[in-house]
Order: sequence, then structure tokens, then C-alpha cells
Amino acid sequence: MRYLPNSPRDRAEMLRALGHSSIEELFSQIPEPIRFEGRLNLPGPLSEQEVLELFRQAARQSSRKYASLLGAGAYSHYRPAAVDALLSRGEFFTAYTPYQAELAQGTLQAMFEFQTLIAQLTGMEVSNASLYDGSTAATEAALMAMRLTRRNRVVVARTLHPEYREVLATYVRHLGTEIAEIPYTPSGQLDLAALESSLNKETAAVVIQSPNFLGTIERCGEIAEMVHRSGALLVVAVAEPLSLAVVNPPAEADIVCGEAQSFGVPVAFGGPYVGFLATREKFVRQMPGRLVGETTDSEGRRGFVLTLATREQHIRREKATSNICTNQSLCALAATIYLCLLGKQGLKALAEHNLAKAHYAAGQLAAVAGTSIPFAAPYFNEFVVKTPGKAETLLRELQAKKILGGVHLERFYPELKDHLLVCVTETVNKATLDRMVQVYKDFSAQKKVGAAAPAAGPHPVGQEKA
Amino acid sequence: MYPEELQYTKDHEWIRVDGDTGTIGITDHAQKELGDIVYVELPKAGDPVTAAETFGTVESVKAVSEVYSPVTGEVTAVNGKLEDHPELLNSDPHAAAWLIRVQLSNPDEVESLMSSEEYEAYIREAESH
Repeated sequence: MRYLPNSPRDRAEMLRALGHSSIEELFSQIPEPIRFEGRLNLPGPLSEQEVLELFRQAARQSSRKYASLLGAGAYSHYRPAAVDALLSRGEFFTAYTPYQAELAQGTLQAMFEFQTLIAQLTGMEVSNASLYDGSTAATEAALMAMRLTRRNRVVVARTLHPEYREVLATYVRHLGTEIAEIPYTPSGQLDLAALESSLNKETAAVVIQSPNFLGTIERCGEIAEMVHRSGALLVVAVAEPLSLAVVNPPAEADIVCGEAQSFGVPVAFGGPYVGFLATREKFVRQMPGRLVGETTDSEGRRGFVLTLATREQHIRREKATSNICTNQSLCALAATIYLCLLGKQGLKALAEHNLAKAHYAAGQLAAVAGTSIPFAAPYFNEFVVKTPGKAETLLRELQAKKILGGVHLERFYPELKDHLLVCVTETVNKATLDRMVQVYKDFSAQKKVGAAAPAAGPHPVGQEKA
Repeated sequence: MYPEELQYTKDHEWIRVDGDTGTIGITDHAQKELGDIVYVELPKAGDPVTAAETFGTVESVKAVSEVYSPVTGEVTAVNGKLEDHPELLNSDPHAAAWLIRVQLSNPDEVESLMSSEEYEAYIREAESH
């Protein structure tokens, strides 16, 4: 997209055409009390050379020499070179769907393929053409369930991504919505007894995550039955959709939503991410976002259209069900290309590789003195480790060995002090995992003799996700 | 064409008043303007409705339109047939495809509505523009 600056002369000319003498006069329609006073806290303009240098410096802060065992909602996966090559084609390289959407058949077809892939992965009947990210997708799913049931209470699992829970709470802050939180059991799964007693006639939705934030896989079928008995809808959020290649999709749910960053979108400094939301056909009119449909044109040729466009926010703006816009198309396209490149067998093989590596790592860690894997429930590529001693110190030692060792869960769950959330994907090789296990062993041994050396190195690394 | 026992709004809804109950629908003119109707969204029994405010939507292949209530009151029944057969609104808008029944809280409101004769004149006027 081109940057079109305007000079002071351009601005003066525009003001003259509008019959105003200053910008302040132009904005005089805006009531005084809600007008921003003072100056925006923005740096001054930079030359091209200065801008490049600024970004180079920022990029240098992020090193590629570290092996990452960070997950927690953002997953490092290998991105085949073809993803960027196809993504950068001029026909695709805009974030926006043209408003005369049917003109861009290639873009619509790509969105249609994305929907098809998501529907197949989630076991749902219909998927939209992407949402902003996993957190807003989970929130939109809860709002959709509230519209469908005309109820105003949402029950969330404490093992739903803590940031997803925060986004939900922010969205419903002024809707008078009651949010109840269901704890997890010693196995790291949703507490079904607590869920049962929390459900009532006001409950619109139960929002769970699987694999959940602690990495464990939820019993979605059993939970769905319980939720449906109360007349509520079950929303299952999936933050690591690669799991869907080996774990049964939560087809019993009413809405399956989540984050598709795993599929061909890099873990970058806070984004971009790409949400998805899939549901049953009977709920489609309450589904937020756009939907591309397949049809035939007047000459019988296959074509694609925006379906249910009469309900779209740009037509019925005041009645819009969400603030979802079009600008995730590029990330959704990346996911589409990625999934098509890997194919059904390739995706399954990759998921099995992740599964095997994570279980190898967990097995090795469990054998280290003072270390344990506290949650016994099945998991995919992410699990919790109780560290032998202070987690922060251990993370620093791992970092000194060029390993980002995991996310200290105390940040989100005070009761999980000295517990790390560890994610193992195909981007970490066995030698690195063995190196990590050795650090744990050395750390554990130091603890035993009570001679933990003061660790050198910078601050511990946490996971930053916008 | 337009039944005499119904009363009409400028937004193309009709109401049949029977004691303190009103049955509400959209007019033949409305369904013709909308074209093939594919979906109807209605309130549920017990919901309040207010005169001149929306209580539902009718979606056709061309547009999604709001439906406005001719009166104030409480919904006592909803036409469940429309959920599976929205096309009834095209074939029988003044009878089988009624939308909701309402317990009127202010029966006087009906007096400001149009008679069938007035409504026919109103749409003739609108069409001549």
C-alpha cells in the first residue's frame, strides 16, 4: 500500500476548498470536552535511511540464535519458503478485500479454501473468512452464543488462555454480562463437577480451550453433553490448531474458534495473528465476519461471492454484530498456502513429530531429580514442568545455553510458582532438547549441594504477545 | 387487495386487533419490494415491543429489513412456521405469515394507523414518485 503524505501546502489547499481557515476550525464540530488537548506523543519524521536504521536496530534485538520452547498461544513452526513467495504476489499482496468483492475472484477463492480447510480441521459445517486473532475469535464466539441463546452469562475455563479471558472481560464490560470461572483439576483439565454446579438458565456459553493453556486435552464430548443439558452453547478455542491433525476435532461443540498463527504466520514481535471461527450451519446468521460462498455465474462457470452480504457491516452498519474488518485476509492466505503445501498427510506427520518430540522431552525431564510433570492428562506439544528450584534462575541458565526454556506460569497462575509451560515443536532438534535436559540435571545437582552459582546473563525471558 | 379488518403503518406492517390482542405482520407491498424472503428473525414470547421501534428483521435475497411494531405491548406468541418456511411471507403475507401476537398495553395507539383504503392510497402515492 502506498504512503501518500500531504504537505502543509496540500493541507492549506484542502482547507480552502472546505472553506475553513485551520484544522481546529475543521474539527470544531467535535464537542470540546471529548477533544484531545495537547500534542500526540509521536516522534518527528525520519528520512528513509533513518527509518531503515531504526528497524535494523530493533531487528538486532531479536536474535535467531536461540532455540525457543515458548508456546502459550504463539507457536514457532517452520515456514516453507513457498508461503512468502506466493503471499508476495502482487495479486494477493494487500490486506484488504476490494469492496466490489466479486471482482477479485482469486482473493475470494483463497478465502473460500481457507474456510474449507478450517471447517475440515475443526469438524464444523461452516467457517468464516477469518477474524482478528485467537483472543477476539473466542470473544466473538461468546458474543455470538449470547445472541443465539439471548442469555447474558458466560462461563469460562480458568485454563482458557489468560489473555483471551482478559479480552473477553474487556468486550463485555458494559454489557452487564456475568462471567464465571471454572477451576482445573489436579490432572490439569476442566473441573466437570464445578462446571455442572455453575451452569444455570442464564448461561449463554461455556468457553473452554483444548489443548488448554496448560497443554492438556479436554474431554470435549462429555463437556458438550453437560453444557447442552443446560441450554447453553459450547465454545471450544484452539490456540494450537496443529493439534487438530492428531487429536479428535471438538465436533460436539457449537462453535470452534481459535488462532491460526501456527499455519505459516511467523512468531513476530506481537503479531500479526489470525483468528478463525467455525460453527454449525444453523447458526450461520449470527456468525461474525465475512463468508465466501461458491456459486455458478450466468454462463455456468464456477465463481465465488460474499454470501449473506446483505447482513454485512458495511451495508447495515448500525446493526453490525461485530467490529470485524477485512484486514486479516493476508494472514488467512498464508495459512491456506501453508495447509495446502503440507497436505493432509504432511500435516498429520508434522503433528505426530511435535507430539513425539514433546513427549520425549517431558519423559527426559521427569527423570531429573526434583523435576516433575504435574498434570497427568494427555497433551499435544505443550506441557507443564515443575522445576527443581527457582524457575527464574533455571530460565536464566537455559538462556545462557541459548535456550528460551518456557513461560513461567506464575505470571498467570500464582499457584503455579516454579512451573514452566514448555512447548516443543519441530523447530527444536533432539540435541537441543538433550542440552536442555542437561541444564536441568546440572541445576538440580547444584541445588542438592546447596551451591547454586549466581547466574550471569540478562533478564529472564518471558513471552510477549500482543 | 388489502384486507379491511387490518390496520397499516407507513413502514408497511399490518396489525389485526382482537380485543386487547394484536396480530402483526408485513404487507403484500413489503414482500413484493423485498423479493424472495429467506430468513426471519423474531423476538421471543415475553419480550416487550414499542410502537414505531424495531422488533425483528426480514431477510430477502436483496436486503435485510427491520420490522417496526405498530403498537406497544408484550409478545405473547411468535409464528414458529416462519423459521423453516420464510417463503410463506411471499405467498400469504396477510394471514398465514403473521409474525407475532402482542398483548396491547395501549389500545389507543391503533387509532393513528391507516385503514386499508388509506394504505392503498399511501402506496399508490409512494409508487407514483
